[in-house]
Amino acid sequence: MTDPQAVLDRVTRVAGVRGALVASAGDGLVVADQLMDGVDGRAAAALAGSLVGRLVRTVAGAGRRPPAFVQLRAERGSILAAPCPNDLVLIAVVGPDANVGLARLEMLDAASRLS
Amino acid sequence: MRALEPWVELPLQTFLDESSARLTLLMTSSGQVVAQHGFSRSLDVMTAAALGAGIGASTEELARLMGSPRFEALVHHGARQSCLLAGFSTPRGRWIGLVVFGPETSVGIVQLFFDRMVQELASAVPRDETATPTLAENFEHELDASLKALFGR
Repeated sequence: MTDPQAVLDRVTRVAGVRGALVASAGDGLVVADQLMDGVDGRAAAALAGSLVGRLVRTVAGAGRRPPAFVQLRAERGSILAAPCPNDLVLIAVVGPDANVGLARLEMLDAASRLS
Repeated sequence: MRALEPWVELPLQTFLDESSARLTLLMTSSGQVVAQHGFSRSLDVMTAAALGAGIGASTEELARLMGSPRFEALVHHGARQSCLLAGFSTPRGRWIGLVVFGPETSVGIVQLFFDRMVQELASAVPRDETATPTLAENFEHELDASLKALFGR
């Protein structure tokens, strides 16, 4: 498995990304993070981890494959999440002006490296 | 949910709503119950409070022996339910929270909203009242009164 910090480096280099972290989806705890000041990684890990866990269970209940990428868009930015193997989830907190498309590509690539 | 003091109710109810905890007990470090949610029998509350206070005292002593500051939280992970035991400071002294939760939530969520409840309790405590220490001769009477208040009988 690639070092989580190296994976986070690539994600946080994308314009508009305010922070990225790897969390344990089941526990909602931070495994590794790279965050700007003012970004609460603990809250992001707990809440996004819980959201992704529920989404995975919901689609499994509907007989569908688990989501590869989740974007939760809000007024002042988005939360991006990419479920990874081993019950990990890669999360990015991005501002409204972020290049979400590039962030998505980097996150999907990073998620595959974490497997 | 029942609390001995009304100012505890809102922070505790917010925590319960956000965390999906199954059982919650707030007590002083000496084991006096302040509030409870989810317990149906007073005997269970008394037992849990005594055990929680005992574990809190043991871990504080263990931390002292190891020359480290006190442990903030202890989490037991179980297959069907887990338990968080965390001590925290309030203007009314050191309190302990005991939270039992299941797989419908996560330890991250419980810890996150527990810490927020601690902050809300600190700002909700009435400043003009001073806590009166429980004297040994009044302890049994106060324990009975507390349990009646917590269980409404």
